[in-house]
This record gives sequence, structure tokens and C-alpha cells, in this order.
Amino acid sequence: MELTGADIFVRCLRDEGVEYVFGYPGGAVLHIYDALGQQDTLKHILVRHEQGATHAADGYARATGRPGVVLVTSGPGLTNAVTGIATAYMDSIPMVIFSGQVPTHLIGNDAFQEVDNVGITRPCVKHNFLVKDVKDLATTIKKAFYIAMTGRQGPVLVDLPKDVTAQKTEYSYPKQVTIRSYNPTVKGHTGQIKKAVKLLLSARRPMIYTGGGVILGNAAEPLTELTRALGYPITNTLMGLGGYPASDKQFLGMLGMHGTYEANMAMHGCDVLFAVGARFDDRVTGNIEKFCPTAKIIHIDIDPSSISKNVKVDIPIVGCVDTVLREMLALLKDSKQKPDHDALQAWWHQINDWRSKDCLKFDTTSGLIKPQYVLQKLYEVTRGDAFVTSDVGQHQMWAAQYYGFDKPRRWINSGGLGTMGFGLPAAMGVQLAHPQDIVACVTGEGSIQMCIQELSTCLQYQLPIKIINLNNRYLGMVRQWQEFFYEKRYSMSYMESLPDFVKLAESYGHVGMKIEKPADVEPALKEAIKLKGRLVFMDFITDQNENVFPMIPAGAGLNEMILL
Amino acid sequence: MRRIISLLLENEAGALSRVAGLFSARGYNIESLTVAPTEDPSLSRMTIVTRGSEEIIEQITKQLNKLIDVVKLMDLTEGGHIEREMMLIKIGTTDGNREDIKRLSDIFRGRVIDVTGSTYTVELTGTGDKLDAFIEAVGRAQILETVRSGVSGIARGEKSLHI
Ligand SMILES: Cc1ncc(C[n+]2csc(CCOP(=O)(O)OP(=O)(O)O)c2C)c(N)n1
Repeated sequence: MELTGADIFVRCLRDEGVEYVFGYPGGAVLHIYDALGQQDTLKHILVRHEQGATHAADGYARATGRPGVVLVTSGPGLTNAVTGIATAYMDSIPMVIFSGQVPTHLIGNDAFQEVDNVGITRPCVKHNFLVKDVKDLATTIKKAFYIAMTGRQGPVLVDLPKDVTAQKTEYSYPKQVTIRSYNPTVKGHTGQIKKAVKLLLSARRPMIYTGGGVILGNAAEPLTELTRALGYPITNTLMGLGGYPASDKQFLGMLGMHGTYEANMAMHGCDVLFAVGARFDDRVTGNIEKFCPTAKIIHIDIDPSSISKNVKVDIPIVGCVDTVLREMLALLKDSKQKPDHDALQAWWHQINDWRSKDCLKFDTTSGLIKPQYVLQKLYEVTRGDAFVTSDVGQHQMWAAQYYGFDKPRRWINSGGLGTMGFGLPAAMGVQLAHPQDIVACVTGEGSIQMCIQELSTCLQYQLPIKIINLNNRYLGMVRQWQEFFYEKRYSMSYMESLPDFVKLAESYGHVGMKIEKPADVEPALKEAIKLKGRLVFMDFITDQNENVFPMIPAGAGLNEMILL
Repeated sequence: MRRIISLLLENEAGALSRVAGLFSARGYNIESLTVAPTEDPSLSRMTIVTRGSEEIIEQITKQLNKLIDVVKLMDLTEGGHIEREMMLIKIGTTDGNREDIKRLSDIFRGRVIDVTGSTYTVELTGTGDKLDAFIEAVGRAQILETVRSGVSGIARGEKSLHI
């Protein structure tokens, strides 16, 4: 039987196993919406702004490992989605975005709501397609999911001209597709892996540094096993938190600009650095000239272009982190060589010395609510088992520092692009994927206002997100830089004329709370968690002048941190 | 370091802009870029001449390989290779210089392919250096127009870029 492009679209997504589509209708996608409305296996979540749709799909993907799916209309629908697509691209999040397009005969005519969707998104997608014939639709959709989910994952856009969604053809969804120009490497080179194990075992001051690749590649388990078997210290990047249990004694905390003193000092002092699914980002390395001066470096990554991009490595291994780590683990078990016990002990002695500085301590005597304290309490109240999304700014760093993640896919934040507005819509995607779990969105009064409209979506779909607004009446991270590097000239970093967040939450049909005293923090969190089915907006009035410490100033090496 | 990178890419709308976009987004330089379909109409062959340190060239080849439309890639400068560029050049003529220009173009193995009372158009093929040398020899003052194809390259011997 012949089906229309719109019906084929719906069938493809169902056959692909898609659960949710995050979207917003408009002229160019009306055929598709008509088809969506006549079925109920595929659930559509109507957001309030297309940026929200992309972040929600992104949050869903990060929390589940399955691709997020977005549907937007042509023109402004797509341009509104670009921020979210770029956010997903920077963090290698699998996502498939369907955009409406003007009918094929109008393309290039400056037609109503026409923009060059493929052109605009080209630099921020893994790949994109324009479907010009309904006969290509099913195969293109299959290819889009295949590309998004394999190799280094990422967003793929499929542009759908309106007439294509009306044309008819026979439907069949390909079981698999091959693309001659796309063959991602899975297995690492055995010789390189052997060399890596040998070098690792010969280390006297080893350090393991892992990133988002461990999370995306579902490799937390072999990583944890390998790290424990070796007894080596380990640090995670902002994107890699949860890749190794934070509560374990071998974990030194996050590294980089706002990482811990012990993690950064151990990086600087190590003789063998084992980098796994991490990309030596500038926020991690500090001044590249001063990075790990004495280390031989092993690097596993699925993307060959991540290797030796910023830092030259000695033993590169291209492959899936999961398979490579398992292979290393097997070699390790068979190996007669053992790590040098005395050297390792001396190294741990040194590390524990750095640790004793207690670099994350903060003042608890001021009588004001300290943001760090709120996060410590959130950790306690949720027993470290919540899904935590965040926006971008100081609150993001504090969440990363003070909420210890023991499991992967629990910490959901925009690391690469640093997109304010990410936290709330991302939390929607996470909550839909995990309806029974606690999902907390840690945000600031600046960031939350960038996608605040999604409070309405949360009501419609009954998403009981717990919003932790660390309200410092400042664009805190901007203010901190101005304090340190611009002689306290606070240009445009104050946030005044703020709404009454309690009333705002209430007017959206949710519960609002304002918390002004340290003693009220814990009870408020407990109460919010008790309100099981409700979204609770907790507006914590925090110490305005608190800064994120420790910190590596621009141009400094990892061993040159500013401590409190 | 000057490098000549040869690519086979899907002969599809947008493939060229993916390559060009990659170079501009990452700040790599392009000295020249040529592209045309091959004997297999589903494939285009592209030759890119670029400059950069060893690290940058390594990144360029990796980033190009990462593009889904790129089927295969070869750095021609890693081995023996031949490069050619074609130039069409229109030169203003007078009774005084016509002979000289004809002679010059013979020396450079060019051909005069169009003549008017006041112009010669010469076709010339060779390496970029040779084309530069011809332009120098003619003298800028007399040149009305030059059109260069950009470099095309191919490996020497049995090595070849195919799928
Ligand atoms: C969309 C966007 N615009 C601007 C920035 C730059 N920026 C980074 S942090 C920050 C301040 C965030 O303020 P707030 O959300 O209140 O969080 P705080 O730092 O106070 O915790 C700004 C403006 C950004 N990251 N994203």
C-alpha cells in the first residue's frame, strides 16, 4: 500500500523504536502533525520554544543513551532550534532533528518561512540531509539514526520539504544501511593496546583522566574495574563525572579550571597519563605549554581527530572505549608485570598530602545561605542518587564539585557549548525517560529565565522536576571574572527586576518556595522531595559574593591554582 | 609546509560546501581547490592545496576524513606525484610586442588560442611555478586577464586513489 511522506515519517520513527518526539508545529510540517495526531504509539511532547525541544531531546539522550528526536517547522522553527543543536554537537549527543522546509519548487525563492536549513546547521551537525523525493525518505531516516548513534555520536538533521511529506510511495523501513564513505572504527589496534598496558604498568606516578566518551560509550564498568585493579588515582572531566564512582577513595574529583587541587596537581606531576574518552579541552589543560610536563600519554578515543589535536600523545588508540578497556583488562589479568608497589605508595602519599588542603572547604559561619551548602544538602537528601541537570555559571561548577556522582548518565550539563537555558528543558527529557526518579535542575536566576517558558510544558506533561535556583542576584560567573580580572567593575552582571519566582511558579500551576536562611535549606529540600507528583521551584537566596574555588586563572598551568 | 590533498567525495549537492566550510570554520588555509566528477559519476575528485605545520596538516586530513561525504583521501605530497595547473591569459598586444609574446609562449610551451588586433589569449599548462614565471616574463603591465584552474594532482606509479 502506498503511504504519504507524513505517514512514512511516523512509521519510520516507530520502527526505529522512538518513544518521544519533542517538537512544535508550523506550516511546513502540518502534514506530519496531521499524521502524528492520528496515532498514539509515538508520543509527542509540545514544548513552548524550539530551543526547549532540542534541549529536552538532548537530556533524554544523555540520560538513556538513546537518540533524542526533534521536530520543528521551517524558518524560525529551525533557527530557534540551532542553539540546542550546537549544544548537542559540542557534547557529541545523539540526536535526530527533523525540520520542515518549503515545498521543493519554492526552495531558493525566499519563500515564506524559508531559510537554508541545511546550510545554517552544517557547522553544528555531524551530518545533514535534504530529502527531495519521498522514495528516499525511509532510507534517509535510517541513515540519520545510524550516523547519529555510531562512531563519535552527534546530531543529524533531516530537512523535509512540505510536498515530500504529501507525496506517496510504498513503505518499507530498511533493517540496516551501509554508507560507503562512513565506517567508524570500533576495535582498537591490538599492538597499541599491548604497548599501552605495558606503559601503564611501568608507571611510577600514574594518573587516569577520563571524559564524556566513557559516559557516551557506556564504559563506566570496565573503567571502574581497570582502575581498581591498578589502584591508580583517577579524575573525571566535567563531562565525564559519574564515569567512576565519586565516593571511591581512588577518585580525586574533577580536574581543570575549577577542578580540585589534588586532581590538577596529580595531573601536573604524573609520569604516565592515561586519557580515556577525553579531548584535552582548554578548560581542562590550562596553559597547554605547561600541561603534564613529565608525562608519557596514552589516549583512547573513538574519533581520530581528537587524538593529538591539542596535546601530542605517545600511544594513541582509536576505538570504542568500552571494547578497548575490556581488552586492556584482559591483558592486565594475564600480565606477570605488576605496578611498582613502593613507587605507587609514595605517589599516593604525595596525593593525600595535596588532598589534605581540603580545597573545597567553604565558610559556614556567615549566616547566609552558601550555594555549596545547598548542593551538599541536596546530595544528602537524595542520597546521591538523583539525576541532576544544570544550567551554566557558578551554580554549574558547584553542582559538579559538591554533588558526587556515583553512576554515569546522572549528571546532565552543557559542557562544550556552555548554553544557559539548557537545565530546565533537559530535565524534562530526563524526567520523561525516568518518571520514577528524582530529577533536580540546578540553576541560577540568570539561566532559568532563558527557557522559563517550559514551566508550562512541565505542567501539561506532569513533570515533577525539582528546581534548585541558586539566586545570587548576579550573573555570578561573569561577576566573578569581573571581580578578579576587571578590578571589580561589574558591568551588566547584576540581575535586577527579577520576578517573584514563587508567584511565577504558582502562576504556572507549580509549587514555589523561597528559602532565605541556612537552617531552612534542608527542610525545604525534604519537603520538595515529598511532593512527589509536583514540580517545585525552590528559590534559594544565596550569598551574593561567593566565588567558585579553586580556580586556574587564564594562562596558568594546572599546578598554579588559586585556592580560597 | 605546502601540501596537496586529493579527495574522492560523493558527487552530491552540498559536499563541496562541507569541505569549504570545514576550512573556513577551523581557520585552515586553502591555496587552491579544484573539483569535478570522475569516470564514476557518483564520485567527485577534489584537489586541495594547503599550507600548515605537520600538526595542522594531520588535523586537516583527519577532519576531512570525518566528513561523511568524503569517501577516500590521499596526501599526494607524501610520495612521488605530478601536479598540473592550466592558465588562460589574455595579453594586450602592440606591433612592438606581438613577436616577443609569441616567442615567450613557445618557450613555455603555451599556445596562442585566440587573437584580435589588440590581444593574444594564451593557454599554458604546468606547475604553479611555471605559470608564475610566465606571468613574470610577460610583465604585469601587459596582462589584461588571467584565469587559473588551480592545481590538479595525481600520484606517480601504481599508487592510485580509487574505491
Ligand atoms: C546563552 C548564554 N549567554 C551567555 C553566556 C555567558 N555566561 C556564562 S555564565 C553566565 C552567568 C550565569 O548566571 P546565572 O545563571 O545567574 O548563574 P550564576 O553564575 O550566578 O550561578 C553568563 C552570562 C552563556 N554561557 N550562555
